Amino acid sequence: MNYLPITRRQQQQMLDTIGVSDVSQLYTDVPDSVLLSGAPSVAGGISEVALTRTLDELAGQNANAANDYVCFAGGGIYDHHRPAFIDHLIRRPEFFTAYTPYQPEVSQGTLQAIYEYQTGICLLTGLDVANASMYDGATALVEAAFMATRIKRGRRVVLASAALSPDKLQTLATYAASDLIEVRHIPVSSGVTDAAALADALAAADGQVAAVLLPYPNYYGLVADVSVMIAATHDAGALAVLDTNPIMLGVLASPGSLGADIAVGEGQPLGNAMSFGGPGLGYFACTAACMRQIPGRLVGRTHDVDGKRGYVLTLATREQHIRREKATSNICSNHALNALIAGMYLAATGPDGLRSIALDCLAKADYLREQLLATGLFSDPFATDDGSDGSSGGARPHGYEFTLTWTGQTPLRDLHDELFARGYLAGIITPDGTGLILATTEKRTIAEIDAFCQEVVRCA
Amino acid sequence: MPEQNTVTINRGPRETIYDLSDAGKRCLYVDADPALPAVDPVARFGQYAAAEPPALPQVNEVEIMRHYAHLASMNFGVDVGMYPLGSCTMKYNPRSCEDAARLAGFAELHPAQPAQSVQGALRLMHELQTDLGEIAGFPAVSLQPAAGAHGEYTALMVFRAAHAARGNVRRKVILPDTAHGTNPASVAMAGYEVVQIASTPEGLVDLDALRAALDQDTAAFMLTNPNTVGIFDPNILEITAAVHAVGAYAYCDGANLNAILGVVRPGDLGFDALHINLHKTFATPHGGGGPGAGPICVTAELSPYLPGPLVQHVDSAEDSYQLSYPEQSIGRVRSFYGNFGVMVRAWTYIRALGGQGLRDAGQQAVLSANYLRCRLQDAYRVAYDRICMHEFVLSGSPFAKAYGVHTLDIAKRLLDYGFHPPTIYFPLIVDEAMMIEPTETEPMDALDAFADALLAIADEAARDPEMLHNAPWTTPVRRLDEAAAARTPDLCWQAPTADAHGSR
Repeated sequence: MNYLPITRRQQQQMLDTIGVSDVSQLYTDVPDSVLLSGAPSVAGGISEVALTRTLDELAGQNANAANDYVCFAGGGIYDHHRPAFIDHLIRRPEFFTAYTPYQPEVSQGTLQAIYEYQTGICLLTGLDVANASMYDGATALVEAAFMATRIKRGRRVVLASAALSPDKLQTLATYAASDLIEVRHIPVSSGVTDAAALADALAAADGQVAAVLLPYPNYYGLVADVSVMIAATHDAGALAVLDTNPIMLGVLASPGSLGADIAVGEGQPLGNAMSFGGPGLGYFACTAACMRQIPGRLVGRTHDVDGKRGYVLTLATREQHIRREKATSNICSNHALNALIAGMYLAATGPDGLRSIALDCLAKADYLREQLLATGLFSDPFATDDGSDGSSGGARPHGYEFTLTWTGQTPLRDLHDELFARGYLAGIITPDGTGLILATTEKRTIAEIDAFCQEVVRCA
Repeated sequence: MPEQNTVTINRGPRETIYDLSDAGKRCLYVDADPALPAVDPVARFGQYAAAEPPALPQVNEVEIMRHYAHLASMNFGVDVGMYPLGSCTMKYNPRSCEDAARLAGFAELHPAQPAQSVQGALRLMHELQTDLGEIAGFPAVSLQPAAGAHGEYTALMVFRAAHAARGNVRRKVILPDTAHGTNPASVAMAGYEVVQIASTPEGLVDLDALRAALDQDTAAFMLTNPNTVGIFDPNILEITAAVHAVGAYAYCDGANLNAILGVVRPGDLGFDALHINLHKTFATPHGGGGPGAGPICVTAELSPYLPGPLVQHVDSAEDSYQLSYPEQSIGRVRSFYGNFGVMVRAWTYIRALGGQGLRDAGQQAVLSANYLRCRLQDAYRVAYDRICMHEFVLSGSPFAKAYGVHTLDIAKRLLDYGFHPPTIYFPLIVDEAMMIEPTETEPMDALDAFADALLAIADEAARDPEMLHNAPWTTPVRRLDEAAAARTPDLCWQAPTADAHGSR
């Protein structure tokens, strides 16, 4: 296959117009010693029929969540239902074959869709400003940390809860190697960020903390008492950043209402395919006070010369193509198409739909948790003493993801592999290797959960 | 003057999806399972339960379809018409690549699946690593960076780690004044100081200026080659040698790789690292701004520092693939394994074309750009009057001086002719710049029609400058008040009943 529309005769016409006899004469600036004599050694040049066959073969070597296994894993990427209409709209070539909307007169579709996406994220997070997207949840968190150090000039310490996902903590560590920020971890106690340790760390840093990064809910699924920690953060003059699963914001108090200055997170659950972890999107929202330091693109509403309403990229003086090394970030390409999907998803769910999805996920998570505990092969590592809160039976408040400690005989890794062989992705093994972090979406059924629990017993 | 094309995007503004909202309408929701106890958020989360869900719009599916179909109709994409944005490589996005990424065996993979259950995905990634390395002339590749700028940043952190491993802390990174804005921004994010050097009058690296700037404190030199005025720097081997002479690394911004695809390998030019924009050279769509992918290629010396995880081929009878971290890895630069969906598209494109097809594509891109340059060189001033690579830069300054018609006016008028304008006012070293990159997938008719349109606009500039100042005339909206947008930012829809301050 190739996609070249120029015929040999036209090529000759072009060469004649240019006044050269051969394409090689167009490369005279290239030193002879480095010119390749022929094509690179790369397989291909095959028909679409053959290509399709090869692709089917490769794709067929993967077990996929739609056909081959039941997914109980989360950790940032969730197996939510994606409404059919979204892909039909996303396949509109005017959306996906467009570049960044630098010419607003012919980019109103992208621009308005981003404006609506920004609005949706503001509503979810309870904050004033949202950007047009970042690459993913981890880089959005990094950008939040960097942004805080710009706002809190002279402060470079960032306190990160150890209950953030390992991927996010590792990404932060990489970015901290440039010494522009110093990341210190706040330990986890009973599955949640240790508030006393945070208070100690804030005191120890003595006015050097720019931001505190807190998950809500966290990697283990738990919803911590973040208000106390946000208050402590503000008392120390730092910014509070909440990292959140957007679906959970259908039932949880918004970061803005809790006093957070910045909210970020992985936006994949909002209608995007799991796609082996990418591309999803990072969403990023902040208070109006932080607006001028926000990274990435922003779309604003304005009007044209005839007074018609229209949309443009705005506050571009923050960005790399204008400000170069003084820019708020180096980001240029973002995840606009994924943000378009997220915007469509939020339009589809509306308030009640989003809530209904979150509640269904929670109900199924509770059921799965109870059924697994009932096998006697698991314990709750974070259970409270009283055990009095009804169906959750002593559980700390969790989202549609939760953690259980494995108490069975089979080594956990073997159990996980064996369950996968039987058609179940049994969540994610905890970093300490003792338990499973399990998630249920609205796609899971009671029958699937029952069958999964039976398999667990068989594999124990 | 040729007959004016009618733009296909001619629908007027539309209210937002929020304006369409009407209480009680629904689209996507799930009914609670009657077999499970209802969850009471207040009982469960206490003060952390939302009093009410976010005030998202309440609309139904047909309204959503019509809304976004209308929005789409106000957009210009490669499928609508020629999109000659310089340095952006807006080539045709083959549909086989789109379908490939949507196969359940690719789209429905969770990143936590056991390695043995994603062997096809890992094999695809490994083949892409290998192919990109072969095409670019480097032995090691990381697919993790999500975009070009992310790749730049990643490579700078690799340089930092390599220097540090030798106990060698260096503080500055040199780049020419033709560099994309992402280069200095990435340098700053990586904690280095930017040193900018002026280009020669020919738009090339000033070797003397470079040598003067290079010292033991130089961590790296970043160069886009072919550069942003569309010229392959003929001194490239001297440039990279000079950089290496002080123990610094030479970085190639691969934004313009399309020009030399299958013809020259950056790794053979003395570069130590390169990022590749899969959303440019390898035909994956830009999506209105992304997602892209910015894999980086490095020399063997730098490979131990690459971000992980990488895909490794396990040389055994089983012929399997696994994820691994290089020994002295800088760590990960994002979640999971990169933009896998974009990788699938790029792999598909590469397999469709093969080595020869890639070389043909690169050569045609250069041929088409030179053809277009020759068609325009009499009416417009070509900033650097010589054979170009895949793009060239025109200067609108003669029109500005003679008629007060600026590059912006010309660009806006092109919209009336049904073309997306070129990149304008970049590179910064050319006054009234128009940077034109037709790509290899434009039919000759389109190239000619685009040239004819620019020639017609040149006539219009002399005849009726005022008309150009007010262009475009035929688009869904006309020139927008960007100053007003920045002065009083309206970044988020407010319900008409919201309080006057607009705060939430």
